[in-house]
Amino acid sequence: MNSTLAILAILDGISYAALVFLVSVGLSLIFGVLRVVNVAHGSLYAYGAYLAATLSIAVAPISPLLTYPALLIASVVIGVTCGGFIERFLLRPVYGREEVLQLLITFAVFMIMDNLQRLIWGVQPIFASEPLKLLPNVRVFGVTYTSYQVVLLPLVAIVTLVGLRYFLRYTLSGAVIMAVTEDREAATAIGIDAQRVYLLTFIIGATLAALGGALALPTTSLVPGMGTDMIVLSFAVAATAGLGQIEGTAVTALMIGLARAFVIYIHPEFEVLVPYLLMVLVLLVRPLGLFGTSKARKI
Amino acid sequence: MPSRLQPMTVAAVIGFTAAAVAPLFVPSWTTLVALILAKAIVVLGIIVLLQAGQVSFGHAMFFAVGAYAAAFWGKYLGIGDLALYLLLGSVLATLSGLVVGLFVVRYREIFFGMLNLAFSMVLWSLLEKMFHYTNGADGIRVARPTVVGMTFSPDAFQFVILYVSLTLAVVAFALVQRYLDSPLGHMLRAIKSNETRLEYLGTSARRVLLAGYVLSAFLGGIGGVLVAVIQGIATPEFGFWTKSGEFVFIAILGGVGHALGAFAGAAVFEIVRFFAAAMLANAWQLILGVVLIVIILFAPNGLIGLVTRSSRAKGDN
Amino acid sequence: MRLKSTAVAVFAAAAMFAATAHAQDKPSEIKIAITTFLSGPASVFGVPGKAAAEMIAEDLNKKGGIGGVPVKLSFIDEGAGGEALVSNYRRVVQDEKVDATFASISSGSCNQLVPVAEDLKVMNLMWDCGAASILEAKKYRYNFRTQANATPEMLAVLVYLLKTKPNFKTIAVVNQDYAWGRESWEIFSTALKAMKPDVQVVAELFPKFGAPDYSTEVSRLLALRPDVVFTTSWGGDLDTLVRQSGQRGLLQQSTFVLAIGESSIQRLGKELPEGLIVGARGDHWFLHPEKKDDAAFKAFNQAFKTRTGAWPIYPVYHMAQAFSALSGAYDKAIKANGGKWPTREQVIDAAAGLEFATGFGRPVTLRPEDNQGLEAQLVGVTKAAPGYDFNVLDNMMIFDAKTITTPAGTKSVEWLKTLKPDFINMNVPTFKH
Repeated sequence: MNSTLAILAILDGISYAALVFLVSVGLSLIFGVLRVVNVAHGSLYAYGAYLAATLSIAVAPISPLLTYPALLIASVVIGVTCGGFIERFLLRPVYGREEVLQLLITFAVFMIMDNLQRLIWGVQPIFASEPLKLLPNVRVFGVTYTSYQVVLLPLVAIVTLVGLRYFLRYTLSGAVIMAVTEDREAATAIGIDAQRVYLLTFIIGATLAALGGALALPTTSLVPGMGTDMIVLSFAVAATAGLGQIEGTAVTALMIGLARAFVIYIHPEFEVLVPYLLMVLVLLVRPLGLFGTSKARKI
Repeated sequence: MPSRLQPMTVAAVIGFTAAAVAPLFVPSWTTLVALILAKAIVVLGIIVLLQAGQVSFGHAMFFAVGAYAAAFWGKYLGIGDLALYLLLGSVLATLSGLVVGLFVVRYREIFFGMLNLAFSMVLWSLLEKMFHYTNGADGIRVARPTVVGMTFSPDAFQFVILYVSLTLAVVAFALVQRYLDSPLGHMLRAIKSNETRLEYLGTSARRVLLAGYVLSAFLGGIGGVLVAVIQGIATPEFGFWTKSGEFVFIAILGGVGHALGAFAGAAVFEIVRFFAAAMLANAWQLILGVVLIVIILFAPNGLIGLVTRSSRAKGDN
Repeated sequence: MRLKSTAVAVFAAAAMFAATAHAQDKPSEIKIAITTFLSGPASVFGVPGKAAAEMIAEDLNKKGGIGGVPVKLSFIDEGAGGEALVSNYRRVVQDEKVDATFASISSGSCNQLVPVAEDLKVMNLMWDCGAASILEAKKYRYNFRTQANATPEMLAVLVYLLKTKPNFKTIAVVNQDYAWGRESWEIFSTALKAMKPDVQVVAELFPKFGAPDYSTEVSRLLALRPDVVFTTSWGGDLDTLVRQSGQRGLLQQSTFVLAIGESSIQRLGKELPEGLIVGARGDHWFLHPEKKDDAAFKAFNQAFKTRTGAWPIYPVYHMAQAFSALSGAYDKAIKANGGKWPTREQVIDAAAGLEFATGFGRPVTLRPEDNQGLEAQLVGVTKAAPGYDFNVLDNMMIFDAKTITTPAGTKSVEWLKTLKPDFINMNVPTFKH
């Protein structure tokens, strides 16, 4: 592995990490605030991609540039409608109960969404790559990259990271979310509507997942089952970072993305092993994740 | 206490007898019933852990260990005997349960679940990618083993494996129910309600959980060997997270208050999937998902809970 | 003990009764159970396959059916998973008492169902699965493969490559990581080493089946610059590989060989550029050079396009072959039985050595030694043509089945090692679009 290949691997790792980060950070946020593991997160990713495809195919003949807003609109629509529906009608009834039941509700939602996806969009691979084709290619050491993958995706990831950080720390809504996360009872006591906060947070997380899917669309073919692999991968990233850690998720996504890219160059068979091996090693040493902080135990 | 158990025991007797007799009249059900019984054995392990309030999202790993034990024996040593497959599978599963358990019992709740998931996904990725040893994604075929030295024709073997699974299921059922009623079982439940107080009593919560964990790994291995022999194949999917999810799904569906829940849940799950795949090929996942949501929202103690609800109302548990 | 032997006795009696009941009377319908992928990625083959089966059955019944008896179809979804598949297969054979089954698309499904069919003594036609090992490992009586297998398919593609691009020095492979991907590469590379030992394999990449992203693999290939990139991928995986390679110029830099790419040509449209070598898993192409002016062939293709919106792909023709083989076997058995309705065993006997033709390609023979089908292979190069919004096949070579199929009784890999470089000197006709 010489330095040329190393730089190529870094570029591949960064573009992969950008997508994984977008999906994982939504999952992490939802767990951080609601303490719910959203197994349906992968389905939200898939739906974001599929709806973006439907919209792109519809608007592309009018003007290919419209496919960019189409991606954004698709993410928001999925995040608000599916995310809102799931939280309001399926999760809210089980909040007081055991965590495993909440998790299983999202597992059931995943099964339902997976099935509906096939019924709505069919089983043939779907693709719509205008957003990628409109941007130029770049050459690095004689290897061609699409600027969509090495420039746009990391840019969106960085903007999302900065935006989330700003939102949570410097805005009132963000402060409210942090308050509810810190201590729901106290927050409710001072008049914060915790239920609305949960709904808002879930919608934000769902929108981020859908955005990940929509952004993945131009690079790949959409097939049934695309959510199943993404959910466990994003879970590995979020858990390794520490559930609820926004910046930590970015670092971990980068770490896993780079590790995966290097492994493909050196020893391709171990590609799928990398995220889970890292997860085991990190959790054994730091059970709360690389950046997780512990809370005082309540007796 | 004994009077409250009676309806459950009666239900169990009826259920197991039906499992033994029905396939004699409808031979194509043999495989289905055998699968239900084998999977229920694995789910018994999940129920044991759920008593302590801990959900393992990686239990498929012990299931896969059992299945691949049978498969590797066949691949590298030639066709063996079912008893030996079961022995190897259960020993390997128990050992891995001990090794993994030593790590995971230090964690609780979501962290327990996550670390189990991580271990199982590592195993899955090894099974999937180590093509030259494991044959990768397609898995390894498991030829029909001899049973206690005897070889059976294909038709007869279906029934043999059914009755072997039934016997093991009844034994496992009785064993687990006794375990749950024993002091160790009560201590498991104490982990769920208030672990610190358990420690104040001088018992190590970790040891109690580890005992339960090893037992559940053992059960997972047995179930894995049986399913591999029934299906004639062991694939990496046996260790994938969706399989672990399936086991937890079945546990909640059936109800975790009693060992019979594993069987009730497995029966409903497999029967719905079997008939839905045949008749509504496009919607079986949808149906199962809706069933699970309905159960969680309206019958949180599962199918067993529906049955025992009236007797529970009379006193505390 | 007694329970078990009673059960066996009851079951045996029932089976005998069922068998005798079928023996002499002409049934009211011939029931066929077909396993195909209705969900999951392989549904890109399975759904057209099902449409083809329904269309062919309708046509067949309009003409009176097989031996004057109409056929009735039922379908099992291979995508529901191994447990449901085997259970459902047993159910249709034992409970619904189907007369024959067509199983399956995936070699994994075939591996599971072929022994079951043999146990249950029901005629099974392996209509689409390609793993050569199934029939090489064991001699079956009730299982037949009504198409070729991976060996002639890969060999044809290799010979085409060596004939059209004899001077390439480096090759890389990107295959899906499962039995098909691994076995097809083993066959191709063994034959390649035997016929052109100086070729260097610069990379062997086996991304996970269903991988959504090949970016890193593409980067690596762009850096390594092989002359040829070989892939047996299909479906969404192939789509993604081709598109990502196209977006970044890899398709122009290396010669791509899509060993079973015929099924993706229409879907990829102009994203599949000119100059790629494409195989068709048989001599299947809706503009088959020897058949394209044939009225029945054109009518079939047009009817399929009207029904499903796309021209037929190779699974469609494979399904036609299965039906043709079944009819042929029944017709032969009826004749041998003096016009009376044959027993199942007589139909099985008739199938051995059967030659049948769908009319959509060259005839296929079921080799009596191992029930393996001998099917010609078509390979071509993509080229633009007016009237189509996808690139069609040009410079097509059709390879004779006997020359490129493993001789009966030998294992494929062993036979391939014995090939010599002059193997490619075979005389093969070339057809233009």
